[in-house]
Amino acid sequence: MSDTVTDAVDIRDAVKRYGDFTALKSITLSIADNEFFTLLGPSGCGKTTLLRMIAGFEDVTEGAIFLFGEEIETLPPNKRPINTVFQNYALFPHMTVLENVGFGLEMQGKSKSEARARAGEVLELVQLSQFAARKPSQLSGGQQQRVALARALAPQPKVLLLDEPLSALDLKLRKAMQIELKHLQRETGITFIFVTHDQEEALTMSDRIAVMSNGELQQLGLARDIYERPRNMFVADFIGETNLLEVSVDTVEAGRATCHLGGGHALSCDAVDGIGAGAKVHMSIRPERLFLSDTATDGQSLKGTVRENIFIGTDISTVVDLEGGLRFTVRTSNSERGQRGIFEPGHDVFINMEQGAPRLLVD
Amino acid sequence: MAGGVAGGGNATSDTYAGARNWLLLPSWLVLGILVLAPVSMMLVYSFLTKEFRGGVIWEFSLGAYDQFFCSRGLFGDEPCQIEWTYILIFWRSIWQAGAATLLSLVIGLPTAYYIATRPAHVRPLWVFLITIPYWVNLLIRTVSMKFLLRDQGPLNDGLLAIGLISEPIGIVNTNFAVQLGLFYSYLPFMVLPIYASIERYNFALSEAAADLYAGKWTIFRRIVLPTVKPGIIAGCILVFVPSLGSFLAPDLLGGAKNFMIGSLIEEQFKGNAGNWPFGAAASMILLTMVLIILLLFARQQSRADRAGG
Repeated sequence: MSDTVTDAVDIRDAVKRYGDFTALKSITLSIADNEFFTLLGPSGCGKTTLLRMIAGFEDVTEGAIFLFGEEIETLPPNKRPINTVFQNYALFPHMTVLENVGFGLEMQGKSKSEARARAGEVLELVQLSQFAARKPSQLSGGQQQRVALARALAPQPKVLLLDEPLSALDLKLRKAMQIELKHLQRETGITFIFVTHDQEEALTMSDRIAVMSNGELQQLGLARDIYERPRNMFVADFIGETNLLEVSVDTVEAGRATCHLGGGHALSCDAVDGIGAGAKVHMSIRPERLFLSDTATDGQSLKGTVRENIFIGTDISTVVDLEGGLRFTVRTSNSERGQRGIFEPGHDVFINMEQGAPRLLVD
Repeated sequence: MAGGVAGGGNATSDTYAGARNWLLLPSWLVLGILVLAPVSMMLVYSFLTKEFRGGVIWEFSLGAYDQFFCSRGLFGDEPCQIEWTYILIFWRSIWQAGAATLLSLVIGLPTAYYIATRPAHVRPLWVFLITIPYWVNLLIRTVSMKFLLRDQGPLNDGLLAIGLISEPIGIVNTNFAVQLGLFYSYLPFMVLPIYASIERYNFALSEAAADLYAGKWTIFRRIVLPTVKPGIIAGCILVFVPSLGSFLAPDLLGGAKNFMIGSLIEEQFKGNAGNWPFGAAASMILLTMVLIILLLFARQQSRADRAGG
């Protein structure tokens, strides 16, 4: 390793093939020490395969995986200082909670009493001390989830892998666990690699996110960047709600691109590398970065007619039809609505946008 | 095993009380005719007086049990001393059945594991193949076994041909032959329940153990074995119990020296030489012993489970 700071996990050109099927097409990415890193993508995108390759349950067809500078892809799972929280927990049904948590410690060669003592401490960390003597089947889903977490944390792994650990929990518990996991990661200082298909979960918890689809890395970046500056169609569409428009680029000048949307509407936005004048590409505009008004606020405003309002709790989602068959969704939070009022269906309005709201996408 | 027992529907209201009794009737009839009646008959017969040409005289007697446990000299008038003959036969039977069970386990467990880890669509074929030999009558199979094992049989011929032995090894008429016979008779009863429990085994548990630094052998011993234990216990009981009372394999493969309890009982009911009350008494003693072994086992098991948490 030539880098001065060693990455926790360094994946280089990792390929996974099952016969003719290529599950992963040459993935290269580095995960920093002490990072909460998320692999995000729809099911079948290869994120779990990649996680299992890091854990050692899947062979690496081509490429290499380094753990703190040490090449590990040929080591069996029991020789890697990495632990996993499994999707369905995979708790040992014949052992008590304490024995489950102490198992890894015992396998590391700690004495039974030492393992028990340390397991007890970890159980305290996840607030399950009073359940130490129970069998996993006597616990609720959320408690089982914590046992799985405690079991994986107890041997103090260098990296903790979490394979959709919250998917079996109900919404409220899931939200609470998201926060708790984030805290736990900060407290323990262990690198977390988290796999999920839930973009909201990924945005809530992660320092950085790798968005995957079809066995390829689509975008890698800070959670906020991924959301605000999606690189391509897939990322813009998969993460959050967005207005996707087909546009053609008219001119590119001084870092600004002017595009027309059809129906005589035009917008200017930041230019993007690789998209020049004449290109036919897609544009993404997040609905919460749009607002409605009776009059145009600037040259970027678009005139349309309110089609319907959809109430979604904290927000109102307004569908606006534009001339030329274009349709926009605009999100207005309840507090904004109080200030600006509400536009009933049939009302003519202007759609205005914040600076930097329209983003051009590489296809 | 704690856990697996799901809370059965306790929603049965009194609406179904009448129907429930009627629906249970067939089970009670079958149990009554096939279990309670024969066992009661056996119990009654064991306390009757023997008739010399088979059959019984309806007169209460402890003679059968006395004959089993007591030696009273040539003329039967001396005070009771322990009669070892039958106790030894019992002991040999337990030993033989135990050895056969162990043999079945050693062969059956890997077999079951192998089948259960094949792809789902070929497993039924493997199970089917395992059961094919058992379509043939047990007597025929045991006789065939004798032909295979005898001094001029294929086994000895083969070993002689490859020069591994210089003269036939006498297998027939040994304890080992009986164990082999019992093993072969009841192997599927070992394989099938173990297969069923391994098939239900969640292999993610093995991955979790490997992830927590356990080696292959440790995973098998600490995770797989305890989880599939109910299947193993069921298999052992299903092989041990019928082996204990078996008479075909000991008769055909063991010769007179290797007499087992099944043969002893069989003889009491064969032709005119029999002694029905004695046969019934021996059966009762066998039944009691099996029950005691199973109860002790169950108790030890539940204690181990509780100790484990």
